[in-house]
Amino acid sequence: MSKIVAKTGNEAMAEAMRQINPDVVAAYPITPATEIVQIFSSFVSNGEVDTVFVPTESEHSAISACVGAAAAGARVMTGTSSQGLALMHEILFIAGGLRLPIVICEVNRALSAPINIHCDHSDTMASRDAGWIQIFSEDPQEAYDQTILAMKLSEQLFIPSMVTTDGFIISHAMQRVEMYDDREVKEYLGEPKSPYNLLDLDNPITVGPLALQDYYMEIKVQQANFIKESKSKIKEILNDFNKKMKRDYSVVEKYMMDDAEFCFVALGSTAGTLRYTVDKLRKEGKKVGLLKVRFYRPFFEEDIVEALKNIKGCAIFDRSDMFAGTGGHLFNDIKSALYNSSSRPFVRDYVYGLGGRDIDVEDIENVYNDIKDFTENHGKGESVKYITVRE
Amino acid sequence: MANIKDLASKGNLFTPGHRACAGCGGTIILRLLSAAAGENSVFVGATGCMEVVSTIYPYTSWKIPFMHNAFENSAATASGIESAYRALKKRGKINKDINIIAFGGDGGTYDIGLQSLSGAMERGHKLLYVCYDNGAYMNTGIQRSSATPFGANTTTSPAGKEIKGKMQHRKDLTEIMIAHNIPYVAQASIFYWNDFVEKVKKALKVDGPSFIDVLSPCPLGWGSEPSASVELSQLAVSTHFWNVFEYENGKYKVNVKPKEEKPLEEFLFKQQRFKHLKNNPELVEELRRYLNEKYQSLLKKEECSNR
Repeated sequence: MSKIVAKTGNEAMAEAMRQINPDVVAAYPITPATEIVQIFSSFVSNGEVDTVFVPTESEHSAISACVGAAAAGARVMTGTSSQGLALMHEILFIAGGLRLPIVICEVNRALSAPINIHCDHSDTMASRDAGWIQIFSEDPQEAYDQTILAMKLSEQLFIPSMVTTDGFIISHAMQRVEMYDDREVKEYLGEPKSPYNLLDLDNPITVGPLALQDYYMEIKVQQANFIKESKSKIKEILNDFNKKMKRDYSVVEKYMMDDAEFCFVALGSTAGTLRYTVDKLRKEGKKVGLLKVRFYRPFFEEDIVEALKNIKGCAIFDRSDMFAGTGGHLFNDIKSALYNSSSRPFVRDYVYGLGGRDIDVEDIENVYNDIKDFTENHGKGESVKYITVRE
Repeated sequence: MANIKDLASKGNLFTPGHRACAGCGGTIILRLLSAAAGENSVFVGATGCMEVVSTIYPYTSWKIPFMHNAFENSAATASGIESAYRALKKRGKINKDINIIAFGGDGGTYDIGLQSLSGAMERGHKLLYVCYDNGAYMNTGIQRSSATPFGANTTTSPAGKEIKGKMQHRKDLTEIMIAHNIPYVAQASIFYWNDFVEKVKKALKVDGPSFIDVLSPCPLGWGSEPSASVELSQLAVSTHFWNVFEYENGKYKVNVKPKEEKPLEEFLFKQQRFKHLKNNPELVEELRRYLNEKYQSLLKKEECSNR
């Protein structure tokens, strides 16, 4: 029996954590993710979960404690954002390399400088190469569902996951959320699974050894391979999730794409505004669609190329910049994925919304007109545009 | 009192075949530590000499569970393991009593890992942290640390024409740990192996965090004879370069009060890192002044806290 409640993104993630009932949560507060562990710590104090809560003195220690706890066979979670995720950076790679099923509830927030507490994707993008699954959420419902899904994925695949919401836009916005019964979540996840157990004294192991020229390469190629192989398994697990939990999620979500000539591609909360604008433009007879990328890591290259095969012009929305003079992260990944495709659309990057700058329907309508002109001009001109910028 | 035959007959939990230098104090510390703790123990090592020499894949010197995470976070990692242990015990998934022991060199403990250590101690995890203190970043090639003694030559505090080695005294980490109000804190020296073993056992019995700082001779970094490591561990104490004491439930106890005090020079000039001080006696005087002050202050603390 599910129930309908009104929850912010942070509340929805905290509720998912309560139902997951991790063995250990180690965390450090940071705006706008603070509430997640704040709410969760009240679950701990009131005995609603069995979790040992470790309020560390920094995010670096939070993720370090998570790594230790996960290696010890515990089900482990944390939450963070922005500078906090950046401070965890070093250890994210270790968690990935040690195949530890840790889940981070990550709230996307701009990185300093200048310091800013609002949404963009620079923090999550900066950790995209750490060997983690990265899932973006459009609304509190997805944040809730995907937090539960992420625990399943990590414990099935032994790859750590971060589920992201957009700072304030989702983390603090209250929406309708359909929650499962506690029992349903418990049954869906089953007992925690870990790749090894440091606390098994009868079978002592050494975790995190030094591997040099003679073994490092093989170990990292193994990692590359299991990440590659995880793509089909993620789809299987997602299908199973949809069936059991009555949802309809896919790794990349297509909206009005079947006959579309032009399309928008985006991550996170902006997909909602884009879907609304697609509806508006469709009423005006414009053949436009939306591709929402739910899983950013691993990158579902084949699915994206397939979705774009009949598109003439593709507008990619990036809420981050690589500061390489080549635009944002999603644009660079998609452009690269399309290179060997026989039918590739013209692609232009629209970097928007940095540091929480709002994007509205009119901005998106302008992008539609722009990508149309760009396509008709055979891609002449700058391939990266910065929009929502004050003139 | 520990019996050396008993300790030796238990078999090594930290086994030979590791790649440490001859005369390494760190490996003696780990061998004594693991023997004292016994096989129901899980070790966490910070990046550093002891981690590097003991776990070169696909080999390991550890017959008990061992984990290395990174350089600055062995205390935080151990706090996670201890939390997992508590959680799993509560859920009935673990029945055994397990010792959680973290260690690091002075780099990973005094400097880059200080915040992580402080946090873990303040949170009250039941874990023992042992620092093998060789007084510099030996693993990267003898760079100064905040544990490097005054006057010592290191590769980043080289004794030159203008500056004669490190010009600051050591950070007193043991006192910083005492200031955390944790149940048990101690300093030890491998020459007094029995004292160290007893301290480990005592530390593992307390219900909360404990910390032991052990002087760790490093022939390569100190410029000393490999065969002199144990002798230097004794001389360090009899010259008051290193004090062997403990702090338990608010009380100090100086475990070794040298009957025959030795001149500081006897300790210093068996090591190349201090050889330039022969021409700078005023620096030796400054070091002597500081060390005597520390020792006298320690005796006073012992007296006051036991009143």
